[in-house]
Amino acid sequence: MVAKMEKATDLLSSPQSLFSLKSLKLKTKQQELLIRISILCLVYILAFITRLFSVLRYESMIHEFDPYFNYRTTLYLTQKGFYEFWNWFDSESWYPLGRIIGGTLYPGLMVTAAFIYWVLRFLRFAVHIREVCVLTAPFFASNTTLVAYFFGKELWDSGAGLVAAALIAICPGYISRSVAGSYDNEAVAIFALLLTFYLFVKAVKGGSLAWSLASAFGYFYMVSAWGGYIFIINLIPLYVLVLLVTGRYSMRLYVAYNCMYILGMLLAMQIRFVGFQHVQSGEHMAAMGVFFLMQVFYFLDWVKHLLNDQKLFQAFLRITLTCAISVGAIALGVGTASGYISPWTGRFYSLLDPTYAKDHIPIIASVSEHQPTAWSSFMFDFHILLILFPAGLYFCFKRLSDATIFIVMYGLTSMYFAGVMVRLILVATPAVCLISAIAVSATIKNLSQLVRTKTKPTQGGSGKGTTSAKTSSKGALDQSLPYQKNGAIALLVGAFYLLTRYAIHCTWVTSEAYSSPSIVLAARGAHGNRVIFDDYREAYFWLRQNTPSDAKVMSWWDYGYQITAMGNRTVIVDNNTWNNTHIATVGRAMSSYEDEAYEIMRSLDVDYVLVVFGGVTGYSSDDINKFLWMVRIGGGVFPVIKEPDYLVNGEYRVDKGAAPKMLNCLMYKLSYYRFGELTTEYGKPPGYDRARGVEIGNKDIKLEYLEEAYTTSNWIVRIYKVKPPKNRW
Amino acid sequence: MSRALALLALLSSFPFLALLSNAFSPENPTDRRVLVLLDDFSIKSSHSLYFNSLQTRGYDLDFKLADDPKIALQRYGQYLYDALILFSPTIDSFGGSLNAAAILEFVDAGHDLILAADASASDLIREIASECGVDFDEDVAAMVVDHTSYAVSDTEGDHTLIAGDNFIQSDVILGGEKIKAPVLFKGIGHSINPANSLVMKILSASPSAYSANPKSKLSAPPTLTGSAISLVSVVQARNNARILISGSLSMFGNRFFRSGVQKAGSTINHDKSGNEQFVTETSKWVFHERGHLKAVNVRHHKVEEAEEPSIYRINDDLEYSVEIYEWSGTSWEPYVADDVQVQFYMMSPYVLKTLSTNQKGVYYTSFKVPDVYGVFQFKVEYEKLGFTSLSLAKQIPVRPFRHNEYERFITTAFPYYGASFSMMGGFFLFSLVYLYHK
Repeated sequence: MVAKMEKATDLLSSPQSLFSLKSLKLKTKQQELLIRISILCLVYILAFITRLFSVLRYESMIHEFDPYFNYRTTLYLTQKGFYEFWNWFDSESWYPLGRIIGGTLYPGLMVTAAFIYWVLRFLRFAVHIREVCVLTAPFFASNTTLVAYFFGKELWDSGAGLVAAALIAICPGYISRSVAGSYDNEAVAIFALLLTFYLFVKAVKGGSLAWSLASAFGYFYMVSAWGGYIFIINLIPLYVLVLLVTGRYSMRLYVAYNCMYILGMLLAMQIRFVGFQHVQSGEHMAAMGVFFLMQVFYFLDWVKHLLNDQKLFQAFLRITLTCAISVGAIALGVGTASGYISPWTGRFYSLLDPTYAKDHIPIIASVSEHQPTAWSSFMFDFHILLILFPAGLYFCFKRLSDATIFIVMYGLTSMYFAGVMVRLILVATPAVCLISAIAVSATIKNLSQLVRTKTKPTQGGSGKGTTSAKTSSKGALDQSLPYQKNGAIALLVGAFYLLTRYAIHCTWVTSEAYSSPSIVLAARGAHGNRVIFDDYREAYFWLRQNTPSDAKVMSWWDYGYQITAMGNRTVIVDNNTWNNTHIATVGRAMSSYEDEAYEIMRSLDVDYVLVVFGGVTGYSSDDINKFLWMVRIGGGVFPVIKEPDYLVNGEYRVDKGAAPKMLNCLMYKLSYYRFGELTTEYGKPPGYDRARGVEIGNKDIKLEYLEEAYTTSNWIVRIYKVKPPKNRW
Repeated sequence: MSRALALLALLSSFPFLALLSNAFSPENPTDRRVLVLLDDFSIKSSHSLYFNSLQTRGYDLDFKLADDPKIALQRYGQYLYDALILFSPTIDSFGGSLNAAAILEFVDAGHDLILAADASASDLIREIASECGVDFDEDVAAMVVDHTSYAVSDTEGDHTLIAGDNFIQSDVILGGEKIKAPVLFKGIGHSINPANSLVMKILSASPSAYSANPKSKLSAPPTLTGSAISLVSVVQARNNARILISGSLSMFGNRFFRSGVQKAGSTINHDKSGNEQFVTETSKWVFHERGHLKAVNVRHHKVEEAEEPSIYRINDDLEYSVEIYEWSGTSWEPYVADDVQVQFYMMSPYVLKTLSTNQKGVYYTSFKVPDVYGVFQFKVEYEKLGFTSLSLAKQIPVRPFRHNEYERFITTAFPYYGASFSMMGGFFLFSLVYLYHK
């Protein structure tokens, strides 16, 4: 098998050596190196600057929801130092439960940003930590292109590496989560993910202890950065298992996997949030099972080597396998039954069974990025890569090696996960880019060979392993050379055209779709001018300036991180959705009548209630549109809340035909308070909701227990104060 | 405290400001300036005993006709009075800018109110009363009639003069001395709104009483009957403003004060009715001469430390103390009780302890922080009949152990330490032997 591999690499290098023989050997190599390095540099810069649209369009700011938490913790880390950060008990979120920040986050991102910040400060660059946070994602995206290059080189050749680097630099699937300001775990995690895979493949290829140690460290970085590490710790055992089954077991694999698994596990245990999960949780058991399987395999190999008796060995094999499997099964059974091994979490289940979350865990299903992916978003995020991906798979199968098996498995599994959840397109992106790069590189290489080999027809089609989709025309090569050449040129032009379209599409998507901070909204005015709605920040700064510093703000959990980070006020629930009951309590308050909600709010010491309302601006992701999820989540814990009470014949509406409970629940009242007096659109009656396109059903809203405290200029954020109990009652 | 006294001394050196300094304040909670609104000035003389008792206790009474166009409760946003006595049951609309809402606002700003209605009570008076949780009988002609516990008088009458002795059991409201003689009452009855948890009956009718028009025959069963009828009620609002509502104006009058009383069916003939004692003692309560508490100097700290920490750790031992004083009418005296409790509260009380007292106003206790982290509150919710309710909440987060606060070496784990180190040593030896021993 090793021999086969070597043969493959020989074949791989043969065209190069042929060309280099042709002209001055050293010079060509130098030229090639120069071109390669300059291409890489350009790709590196391109990956960085294409992510700066958001900074140019808006300003250097943190985007969306989770990044605000990351920013807040990074700020804390740089101000108070690592140990304070590690032991931080945050009393400002999840009131009154509080949250142990140090033990419930992946610190990789914050430590990375803080480290960059400290290095810059050390070099006497007086930067603000916010700028570092904003630019962390583009910086790591650039680094990812380098890893993609090396990975591609490892999988195929340096040409494929270069193409992979270029593809991944601008692939929208990756850009969506790594534009400047998108300061989220995924920003560094994709880099870590790809690095780990690359190092592991390298380790398997060479059987080197050093590379597998490096991949263990890569894995450690990944674990410290993102919960998606679970993908690595399941994919790698799966890969090893496939190699075992296909008879590709080797000492190299044994060394690489064992070293990586043991060291990676020990390192990962140092992250408090992960802790002993590697030995205690169901999600990690596959890796452990494969680890033991490897030992059994090795042991059997050794016995076989000693015995030299086929019959005896067969008997021994049977006994050993039975014992090993039964011991493993019993251990797993006892561990699960005694509760030592925790069962799979809901998130994991929902990956394996896409309908699971919808039926059992509304809190996971309610997040838009956890929805199953639509076909259009595959097209949107991958563009031509979607077509190149199968072609690349074909090439990989044509030249099967340990490395290509890995990338095929990575590609297929991650494509499945991308289909289950929108956000996991991100994980699939590197694989898709790499596999497509193989397709592009191999095709172009073949075509350009065809174009160039006219002087030496005898050498044509020598690259057996690298035969492209044009294998069918290979036979025709000998007969009709001119057609062949023209066809090749035409195809080259076509490929060039497609890649250009790809680049254009990527740039367009980046600038139009993925560069919006979503905290500042932009719309086109009646005259085509850009209108900016900065209501979120207006509201948060109002909270910061005008409320007591220990005020507690209740809102739906989406806005929790932003309120604590920008408003500096205590929140009841936030985006770290660790306590379902607490969120359900808030959901229940929002979907109850005002007097019932008042009791709940009093019990939680709520001082202010914040709702997001898009009826004036036509902003559709507001609380009324999220409201059914509040009802579902609230009803999941408190059965007094029933979803049908808010629907009319299964239909969700806010106009006159809406359900009476809907028209009088707290969320409706807070959203539409005083809205009935307002004319939002010319020619429409007052109280016309532009987000839903209807005239609201309850225009005469009276609040008894709350009073309006602040409404932003475009009514997007509305803040209410909870009144103290009546004096005489 | 001493600074406030110094300030007080400084202020009282100015004659004009001296008046101001007498006003109601948290430091000096007894009312000083009282506005009395009357239907006509004859009440001033017919109820002079009551007013005199107030004036001798140091109150500054300002008598005005209820329809006087110059009545104003406040000027430039400052209230001119600390309390209001409404002895004007028939008034339909007040003079000046005063109306029901203004009076309720006055109460909600922390001021006190004594309201007396009568058989001819107007809608305005009824409205104010009902806003305070007291509903007078809707039948305008109705009076409280009691055929068994009426006051025996020379003329047999219609049994609307009631000898009430169904008092609330509270020394704070009614004074330490027991009211021996029944209280004469002639007027309308009211019921208290069950939705209102703050209103209390302090003089309720006997089980045989009912509320109806005594001059006509009963055509339908009366709506208000028995001891559900309240004759005199008090309300202590959440901001500790106190309200007294009585269905009879004449019970405050000189005539009832002086007259003797004999309850029907009883042989004891009291020379003097209980009215004077009853209304005087209740006025002392309403005007905060009694039962007014304050809690100051809430302190908590770890055992053997003095500084108040900003955060506790789970399983810390802490000490909590609070000082509670009662206003005696002239000065703050230590409040002595054995039922003051503190809660260590996060959505529900994790620790509930009765505080010990040193009899000098300091209440203290110590306990261990529970093994739960979160944002806790030290809560003292002291609600005792007649006393101002104390509601203290002090927020304090409780954090878990830091990474270096756990025990470094655990005895039970020594086998594991031994295993690890013997493994390391064994591996080292094995390597040596394997590599260098051929």
